Amino acid sequence: MKNIVNMLLFLVVFSVGSLAQEKGSVLIQNATLMTITDGIIENGDVLIVDGVITGIGTDLSAPIGVEVVNGTGKYVMPGIIDAHSHLNTVSTNEARNPVTAEVTMEESINPNSVSIYRAVAGGVTSIHLMHGSANVIGGQGETLKLRYGVSQDEMRFADAKRTIKFALGENPTRVHGQGNGIQPRTRMGVEQIIRSHFDEALDYRVRREAYLVAKEAYEGDRRGRRVPPVPVAKNLRYDVLNDIIDGEILVHCHSYRADEILMLMRVFNEYGIKNYTFQHANEAFKVAPEIAKNSAYTSVFADWWAYKFEVYYSTAYNATILNKNGVTNSINSDSNELIRHLNHEAAKTVRYGETSEADALKMITINPAIQLGIDKMVGSLEVGKHGDIAIWSGHPLSIYSKVQQTYIDGKKYFDMLTDPADMRIDVDSDDSYREAGFNTFIQGREEDACMSDVFQFIKQ
Amino acid sequence: MKSKKWNLVLALLLIASFTVQAQITDKPNFGKIAIVDATIHTVTDGTIKNGVIMLDGEKIGYVGTDRLKVSDEYHIIQASGKHVYPGFMDSGTSLGLVEINAVAVTVDNREVGNMNPNMFAFTAFNPHSVSIPVTRVSGVTHVITAPQGGLVSGQAALMDLWGYSPDSMAIDITAGIVLNWPSIRSRGRGPRNLEQAEKRYKEAIRNLNKLLDNARFYEQMMSEYEADAFEKIKPEKNQQLQTMRALVKGETPLIIAVSSEKDILNAIEWALHEDNIPLNIIFAGVEEGWRVAEQIAKAEIPCLVSTLYTPVRSYDHIHRPYENPSALLKAGVKVAIMTGEVENVRNLPFNAGYAAAYGMGTEEAIKAVTINPAEIFGVSSLLGSLEEGKQANLFISSGDPFEPLSQIEQVFIKGYQIPMDSRHTQLFEEFLDRDATQE
Repeated sequence: MKNIVNMLLFLVVFSVGSLAQEKGSVLIQNATLMTITDGIIENGDVLIVDGVITGIGTDLSAPIGVEVVNGTGKYVMPGIIDAHSHLNTVSTNEARNPVTAEVTMEESINPNSVSIYRAVAGGVTSIHLMHGSANVIGGQGETLKLRYGVSQDEMRFADAKRTIKFALGENPTRVHGQGNGIQPRTRMGVEQIIRSHFDEALDYRVRREAYLVAKEAYEGDRRGRRVPPVPVAKNLRYDVLNDIIDGEILVHCHSYRADEILMLMRVFNEYGIKNYTFQHANEAFKVAPEIAKNSAYTSVFADWWAYKFEVYYSTAYNATILNKNGVTNSINSDSNELIRHLNHEAAKTVRYGETSEADALKMITINPAIQLGIDKMVGSLEVGKHGDIAIWSGHPLSIYSKVQQTYIDGKKYFDMLTDPADMRIDVDSDDSYREAGFNTFIQGREEDACMSDVFQFIKQ
Repeated sequence: MKSKKWNLVLALLLIASFTVQAQITDKPNFGKIAIVDATIHTVTDGTIKNGVIMLDGEKIGYVGTDRLKVSDEYHIIQASGKHVYPGFMDSGTSLGLVEINAVAVTVDNREVGNMNPNMFAFTAFNPHSVSIPVTRVSGVTHVITAPQGGLVSGQAALMDLWGYSPDSMAIDITAGIVLNWPSIRSRGRGPRNLEQAEKRYKEAIRNLNKLLDNARFYEQMMSEYEADAFEKIKPEKNQQLQTMRALVKGETPLIIAVSSEKDILNAIEWALHEDNIPLNIIFAGVEEGWRVAEQIAKAEIPCLVSTLYTPVRSYDHIHRPYENPSALLKAGVKVAIMTGEVENVRNLPFNAGYAAAYGMGTEEAIKAVTINPAEIFGVSSLLGSLEEGKQANLFISSGDPFEPLSQIEQVFIKGYQIPMDSRHTQLFEEFLDRDATQE
């Protein structure tokens, strides 16, 4: 009965929000503005009109009908962007082939997961929903805005760049080599899988284009005296690989060891692939100068290490070393727990190596935006950018600070003052079972979340 | 003369940290050390501004404001603007037992079998685990390191984090026997229905009670024999029951890992059974403690809890994990904060920081990682606060140690001024400016 009441409540709450990507307007006055790209503005105002930031400064006035929020003593920063998440996937891994470029997270978004709300309550406004790391070339990702309570389509970040997941090292070699007895079993195999598939894709493109030309010529030949060309079937997998080579898809490569990071940069240089991001990249600090030279990006954990062998020789100072070497780095969560306090994860870069507070904040805002190709739209407080912001009770890098409100496109999706406990949209019938029992005392970590849905395939 | 010698030592240490190191960790300083002009957070006796704390070997010799007590023979650490806290204690880890969790041969916290009271974490504790220096430079100086698995996992140990042998690091090798409370249903691969779940639960409780009955009988038989062996046949030794003798007498605590509301209530009911009254019971995990805080308080069972996990039920309020410690505290439960971690025990101050920010307050949260766990594990005469005569376990911080923006500048464990390096700092120093060459 209570569940029914809650569901009705939700229908009321979200019936307004369920219109396509509703935009809002709000004026926040007299707050400390962490602009990210233009320093800190004390006693500043931010005006968002119809989902877009139209004013940043002091003594701004609200147009008629626009809500005014008193930000005295509060901090305003752009919404946090998580460049590595599996927050609300339906499935994460298509783990039956080392290359599954044709697969996409496009239809694997669960818009009703309560974890979305929990992330918004941590000041997160956008995530990069990724395929897992079972395959060398995994599936395409989907950049989302965390509009909780809308449909799958309405969660998509319009005009975000296309992305794809690659994965090196232990995960693909465990799943395919160790698990299924096929290549790759080693890091040697991983490289050849990438090269051979790019080569096949390039050859396919030549053959396919030649075929299409010949087909057109044949169909245009009215006398019909010539032999029809042998068809070269459309291949979605190769099409996607060619889009990568053409720079239309940004590669986000799950990687840990320094040598495999170097390997991928060598390969990508040969195929002319640019603007890619190494995900996790626990050993990126060892090759920071090379990464900087290739203008590659990194997106790392603040402090995860030692849970598996390829992260044993790593350091929580990774982000600081990368940053000091000029690498555009972001701090990601890859976890439905860490995403609740990414501000705190970013703050750890100050503790570990004394990254400046300004750079620490960039690592959860503008830097991930750059890596996802959405930095012209979000990632900083700038006029013309989307009204994706969070209001904090204190400095966002302090452990005592709490998110007060989160806005996406100027529309409020979280308000601490009116925050009810039960925020489910989908009432999970299995809850009564799950709540009945579990014990957690010591929780060892074996794996990053990139290996969801995979273990059933590993024989070991 | 003395201070010149110290300067030389410091200079050498400084040089050593910038050159290739023959040994991984530098030698600690030890002896007579005085930290002066600091804000000293004693935990049990308030905060002292411009305070002095004197270390005499392993012990704290003086805490107060009298600079005149610091004689020439003390090495002085000037700490104006800095804060001194007792070393933090994490009351739930598997530190030293697990090196790399995904590499099975390095995992020594989970023995085969369901009833393992005779498995000692102390035995498998690797004092050279790479995670230990990483942990201690964060100000965490002591851990409960616990085995896992089965119904009775084994004996947890209370270890300090400086030394070259488990023997020199152990405070208590029988700090508690870990019991995984038989849950009515386990997450993931549990029984199919409630009826089956209850059947399994009752069977597990029967087995547990039988084990304890045997242990009580064994303890009585053995102590009678030991009191007077005259004309008695020596009873056969049973290693499993032998290691439970202190438990049934209430000397070694029973650490019950229990989390959900229903399980907690079951465990309380069991704990209050007359047979179990002599047991010294501690709850660990206790994620739904806030739902039954009054009952836990009434049963006077202390709780070991963390904060950095996702809300347990999909309809729980977002702040529940952060607020759980304060809810327990307000009901009158003695609370210690833990991480449940292995390689990231260094996040203990942050677990406590979230508890502090969500209702507990900084002062109580500091207690929850110092004096409270020391009291819960019966070592408060040695650890947990800055008092004369206690072991010199402390750290100097640039500010609030719960804040990630603060730096933990110097750690002392049983009087040893610990080298502030670890694999993480060593890699930092080597790779920050990787291609630099020597002048």
